[in-house]
Amino acid sequence: MALSMRRIQIPAMFSLVLWGAIWELIGRFGGIDLIPPLTRIFVAAVETIALDKFRNALLMTGEVFAIGLGLAIVVGIPVGIVMGRLRIAANMLNLWVNIFISAPLTAFVPALMPILGIGQTTVVATVFLFSVWVIVIDTQAGILTVNKSLIEMARSFGATRFQIYYKILFLAALPEILTGLRMGVIRGVKGVIIGQLIVALLGFGELFDLYLGSFLMERFWALVFLIFGLAFILVQAVVLLERKFEFYADVR
Amino acid sequence: MKTRKTDKTVGTSQIGSGTKTDRSFASVVLGPVWLWQLLSLCTVFGIWEIAGRIPISLAFPSFTATCAAFFEMIMDGSFATAYASTLPPLIIGILIVSFGGVAWGVFMGLSRGFEWTCMSLLVILQTAPVAAIVPLITYAYGIDMTSKVIVVVIMSAPLVILNSYKGIRSTNPSLLQMCRSFQGNRWQEITKIILPQASGMIFAGLRLGISGGFIGIVLAELLITPTGIGDLITYNRASALYAHMFAAIASIIIFSTLTLTVLQRLEHKIFRPELGTMSGQVN
Amino acid sequence: MDAPMAMIEKNQDTRETAAVTVEGISMHYPGGVHALEDICLSIPRGKMTAFLGPSGCGKTTLLKIIAGLLEPSSGDVFVNGKKTTAPGPERAFVFQDFALLPWANVLRNVAFGLELRGRKKGEREEIARKFIAQTGLTGFEHHYPHQLSGGMRQRAGLARALVINAEILLMDEPFSAVDEQMRRKLQEDLLSLLAVENKTVIFVTHSIEEAVYLADQTVILSPRPGRIAKIVSTDLHSDLTPDQIRRDRRYLDMVDEIWGGLKQYLE
Repeated sequence: MALSMRRIQIPAMFSLVLWGAIWELIGRFGGIDLIPPLTRIFVAAVETIALDKFRNALLMTGEVFAIGLGLAIVVGIPVGIVMGRLRIAANMLNLWVNIFISAPLTAFVPALMPILGIGQTTVVATVFLFSVWVIVIDTQAGILTVNKSLIEMARSFGATRFQIYYKILFLAALPEILTGLRMGVIRGVKGVIIGQLIVALLGFGELFDLYLGSFLMERFWALVFLIFGLAFILVQAVVLLERKFEFYADVR
Repeated sequence: MKTRKTDKTVGTSQIGSGTKTDRSFASVVLGPVWLWQLLSLCTVFGIWEIAGRIPISLAFPSFTATCAAFFEMIMDGSFATAYASTLPPLIIGILIVSFGGVAWGVFMGLSRGFEWTCMSLLVILQTAPVAAIVPLITYAYGIDMTSKVIVVVIMSAPLVILNSYKGIRSTNPSLLQMCRSFQGNRWQEITKIILPQASGMIFAGLRLGISGGFIGIVLAELLITPTGIGDLITYNRASALYAHMFAAIASIIIFSTLTLTVLQRLEHKIFRPELGTMSGQVN
Repeated sequence: MDAPMAMIEKNQDTRETAAVTVEGISMHYPGGVHALEDICLSIPRGKMTAFLGPSGCGKTTLLKIIAGLLEPSSGDVFVNGKKTTAPGPERAFVFQDFALLPWANVLRNVAFGLELRGRKKGEREEIARKFIAQTGLTGFEHHYPHQLSGGMRQRAGLARALVINAEILLMDEPFSAVDEQMRRKLQEDLLSLLAVENKTVIFVTHSIEEAVYLADQTVILSPRPGRIAKIVSTDLHSDLTPDQIRRDRRYLDMVDEIWGGLKQYLE
């Protein structure tokens, strides 16, 4: 007990060093071609960052992701708010939102290709499809938890309908909306990668194909880790935003 | 801190808000729920039919055409053949995760040291687009069933592990104190208090894991092994049989939705009384 | 033929003089709850009126109808002689659960009524600061609600209601969510505050002591559907200071008398 208590003092992040060491050992002595030592992957990562190919892929992916997620936010939050306020909207849409939140949406990507073309648009649509539902559902949940007396309070001071939406409902639901946004980002990142892998000729999907095809394992893993790292940073950025508003999540 | 965040990740958006929203609305709907669902289905199918008839795209079949293709594929055995090769790896993967993942999560919840070791890794795996390593799996294991099983496991394990862990951690401390006050030992604490209380969340985690497994199997079949339902989708697209392609997509969406709905119903039926009393300290 | 005319004239008369007149209010909630039945009442200007009754008697419903937050199934509310169905600037509401914006500090919360009216930031905060001082919140302007105790939160809720300078204050069980000692303190502070402010106050309470201590008249409602069982004059302020009230013989008698009347509803 005493030992484990002391271990908690070490930030959990450092456990990754342990896993890294295990990886390094397997890479050096495991004799598996597919798992090169971590140190060599790091070197490859530094090289990869400097490549024009990587930068172009990153820019292209970033753009596609931003457009898809932007659309999901612009559509998802208003739809969620309406579903939280209007019972008819909720009754009509709940079924579909609940189906698509957990359905294997990956199956739709091949269908998007002949409709939207084998290109950026399909990936944008994939990102949108992956992230919009969770934004809708969390926004709706946020609106439903808004304390009724806050709305009554605003009305008693003669608030207009717009003021109630803008000054009360949106802000009161913001912690949930941001949770939805974080989940949307996580799912959107998965969407952009899956989309690019299936379409295969785009961005990181193309690079994966290239590195695997020429058996550049260090490069391949470097790319994987870079993508994981970028996704993690992106999600943490939303977490920071979320924390800024977290202080009132439990006291509404 | 980060750890706590992820806990929320597992719960809030995937089980938490999903079911919560349903529930609070079920009590206040105007008229029976099924009537609204029927209306909702009819509306969407109606729009689909119109959009398909215009058509908005040559590759977008109407609802009726898709239905016709759906029944044709049931009758000619395409679905049966496809699912015969899609389901086994899915089920094997889920079984592996059900035992291994749950055990892992439970152990993480019970051992601080193990928790410290695994938490960061799982947090990263859960947020990361692990689909990126799918091409490598093909490379390593070829295009047979092993690859599919591995993809299913990768896509579902983090959810199952983290939910089981969270279930263990949500144990009401006063119940533990009660157990200790009656001189219960650690084993009794685990088997009589911790595990029964965590069972609801563990089950919910399995349901989420199965949802992840469906995503994994579809991804595996689209990306690596052209078999099963993934092949049905790809083949019909390549042959420009778009109605058949949509029918195949619809079949996997319907199949996964039905499976998950049944599991959710089961979960409510078995664990609802418990969830009711626990709800105060789950989140 | 004369009698109805006289009635209407008399009603017209009370409508003009009373701050609030309630005529024939009934309330059926969708779903079958019959909350209020034919309530007729006039609230004297510049006085404090308490709505008292067993839980579920519809006293909060009645208050929210007067506030314009709920629409009655039938009947009318007149404020200063004018029929009203919506909230208005002459009424301010104090909420049982405080209804403070959790993302806004005390200053912004207190000034919120003015913010909704589009007053300039500097201007509205200046007014808010005055009432923050009056309610004893000086120094807490930049605290957030979750950093305040229950008593302080309700002080902020009260300050927010005072800021818009409404002549009628509607308070829904204002002190029920704070502990007993804080409640006494808030009651005393409220009395000394109102001694200067001269407002018409209507408040809902389930505490007989609070009603008798604070109110000039107490309206007792019967259980669902709520009807007016009795209106008791509980005016002790005209000749007693807040400190003396609780020790006065009449206070004890009034509490006892009201309890005697209410007891029957609990069986």
